[in-house]
Amino acid sequence: MTTLYTSDHEWLHIEGDVATIGITDYAQQQLGDVVFVELPKVGRTLKKAEAAAVVESVKAASDVYAPISGDVLEVNDALAAEPALVNSDAAGKAWFFKMKIADKSELGGLMDEAAYKAHTA
Amino acid sequence: MLARDESDLKRTPLHALHLARGGKMVPFAGYEMPVQYPAGVLKEHLHTRSHAGLFDVSHMGQIALRPKSGKVSDAALALERLVPQDILGVAPGRQRYAQFTNADGGILDDLMVANFGDHLFLVVNAACKAEDEAHLRKHLSDACDIDSLADRALIALQGPKAESALAKICADAPSMKFMDAGPRRVAGFDCFVSRSGYTGEDGFEISVPAEHAEALVTQLLDNPDVLPIGLGARDSLRLEAGLCLYGHDIDTTTTPVEAALEWSVQKSRRKGGARTGGFPGAEKILDQFERGAPRRRVGLKAQGRAPVREGAALFADADTGEAIGKVTSGGFGPSLNAPVAMGYLPTALSGIGTTVFAEVRGQRLPLAVAATPFVPNTYKR
Repeated sequence: MTTLYTSDHEWLHIEGDVATIGITDYAQQQLGDVVFVELPKVGRTLKKAEAAAVVESVKAASDVYAPISGDVLEVNDALAAEPALVNSDAAGKAWFFKMKIADKSELGGLMDEAAYKAHTA
Repeated sequence: MLARDESDLKRTPLHALHLARGGKMVPFAGYEMPVQYPAGVLKEHLHTRSHAGLFDVSHMGQIALRPKSGKVSDAALALERLVPQDILGVAPGRQRYAQFTNADGGILDDLMVANFGDHLFLVVNAACKAEDEAHLRKHLSDACDIDSLADRALIALQGPKAESALAKICADAPSMKFMDAGPRRVAGFDCFVSRSGYTGEDGFEISVPAEHAEALVTQLLDNPDVLPIGLGARDSLRLEAGLCLYGHDIDTTTTPVEAALEWSVQKSRRKGGARTGGFPGAEKILDQFERGAPRRRVGLKAQGRAPVREGAALFADADTGEAIGKVTSGGFGPSLNAPVAMGYLPTALSGIGTTVFAEVRGQRLPLAVAATPFVPNTYKR
């Protein structure tokens, strides 16, 4: 399994032609206490860079953008029920949604872990 | 009103303390202020409601209004030219909430006015303080000397443990009642203390000479019941308490009646009162007292979990029709564990329990008009 990152602080776990997407620990630290998460509908076709989900702290709402294009296969209902998971386990239990990868060439524009660490340093 | 770049930002006397405590600093009303500390907005909010929170509000304006005649009643009568409140009736050692109004009946700023026996002490909003001071000089210079007390810090100590925390360094604190105000010794320093605040909790505001601010605050923070609280939780606390934020819930386009602040205008200044009118916009405001206003500020409770934020348009119907109002403050209320908001609606639709809809990301979410405060206040009356 490969993990890639976007400059908007999302992570993607790539397994075959499925990408699982969440936000990074760095992002959750910037957001603060998360109190609400809105997830896309299963079956929705997302275009790269389109607003796909919303994450809200006490203070503000932020969009989560589709890092690549593709259809939404599954969303994390546990996260919608317990938004604070974003703060406690951003890289794990707090995954947002899974997408079918429409165009593998879009993965070429994403960062590996070392590049992302440099990006947030 | 953010400064263009950080080098323009002013600092309060507690700036170094904020940095030492890990405050995340942001520009606010021309100052560099802590929006939160490492505990985070949610814990800071809940700690203030369960224990005590300490807020640096030194960015706010502190002004002394000294009567040229030496009689404080002359300063009170002069100030009544600019506000619809009964200032003459504020007894020595007491404080009252007021608004500066304009000729259209709108609100230029909201403020606290205390009677210190020989002069009045005013606390005004940071973003308005230069305009407020100019306004006072222009209209009251015949009767008053207007002193900007820029060399004082202002801190708020709020929550159920505020009294016991302050009592350790101010023996007079426990005997004060809500809206008592006056000079007091705190930790050996000459302070002005009022039993008031902006959270809905019992608590105090303490004006202290700038050079002693850090020493005083450090003594309060040595108490494990007291945590420093940033602007983020200050906003969520005042929103749950149903208190207006100037520039958002009230401004030059909203009258005190539209803003549901009738309670703050005493009978003596209304029609038939001993000193009726005589303040800017009196005709319009007093007419609204008689005949009602076209719109009204209300509390709004979301039926779902999604926060409804400032600027969201309000609708009477779930899927048709034009906007009928808008949300002026909104977010998540940590003590209620639910979204809360305030906004303006046509008066006919402002009754408690009325369902309206807020547009959030293209969807209309149901809200119920609700009584404020959302969280009961705990003032020591």
